[in-house]
Amino acid sequence: MMKRTIEPFWWSLFGAGGTLAALFIPITLFINGLAIPLGWLAAPDYENVLQMARHPLARTYLFLLISLSFYHWAHRFRFTLYDGLQLKHLNLLIAVICYGGATVGTVAAAYTLINL
Amino acid sequence: MSANPQHTPYHPRWYRAPMPIFWWVRRWIHARFILRELTSIFVAGYALVYLLQLRALGMGPEAYGRFLELLQSPLSISLHGISLVFVMYHSITWFNLAPRALSLRLGGRRVPDKVIAGLNFAAWAGMSAALLWVTLTG
Repeated sequence: MMKRTIEPFWWSLFGAGGTLAALFIPITLFINGLAIPLGWLAAPDYENVLQMARHPLARTYLFLLISLSFYHWAHRFRFTLYDGLQLKHLNLLIAVICYGGATVGTVAAAYTLINL
Repeated sequence: MSANPQHTPYHPRWYRAPMPIFWWVRRWIHARFILRELTSIFVAGYALVYLLQLRALGMGPEAYGRFLELLQSPLSISLHGISLVFVMYHSITWFNLAPRALSLRLGGRRVPDKVIAGLNFAAWAGMSAALLWVTLTG
């Protein structure tokens, strides 16, 4: 019965991550991955970016955005493997890899942002 | 997504027709469902790239400069271009489904689905403009 009680918890992380990612990932990707590298936007000054990212609110935002995006993936990808590829018999292994991967990413994000 | 992922190896009570692995390629509506689920790979993939950029930022101006150079490579540009399509597909499908997850009542009446979805799309536009503004002025 443990599985039944923990499902809503994973779903809430999936939902929160899906919303944050839907709002912020496209513009962040567009600015950092396309607009600045292609020269459409001037790259902001290094010191300014560092100062901005070090603000406690920015660190919190960045942590939530990155970590919850990982958990969003973990939950959705887990069910894609179950349903899409008919791997229901690998239930536990897939769950461990997906949520475990997201947890490793979360620890890495916390470490990176604390030491920024 | 199925409601209960619990798998039991034996089903003595009913017969389940075997499903081919790629059952979802035969109909567009099923393929679209799988494509929507696969957007999560691009969401997490970009979150990882962004985390690596922040790590480079913390390592100093030289490391950060090297990372920005890496982002200028044709491979990086192509991958980001493809990823942008998928993460925008995530946003669009996510906000279109928002009315099903959130049922709002105002003055005894249910707020129409289109209004809820519209508010979500407006929030998306607003947040995107805000982040763009921070980048331009920061």
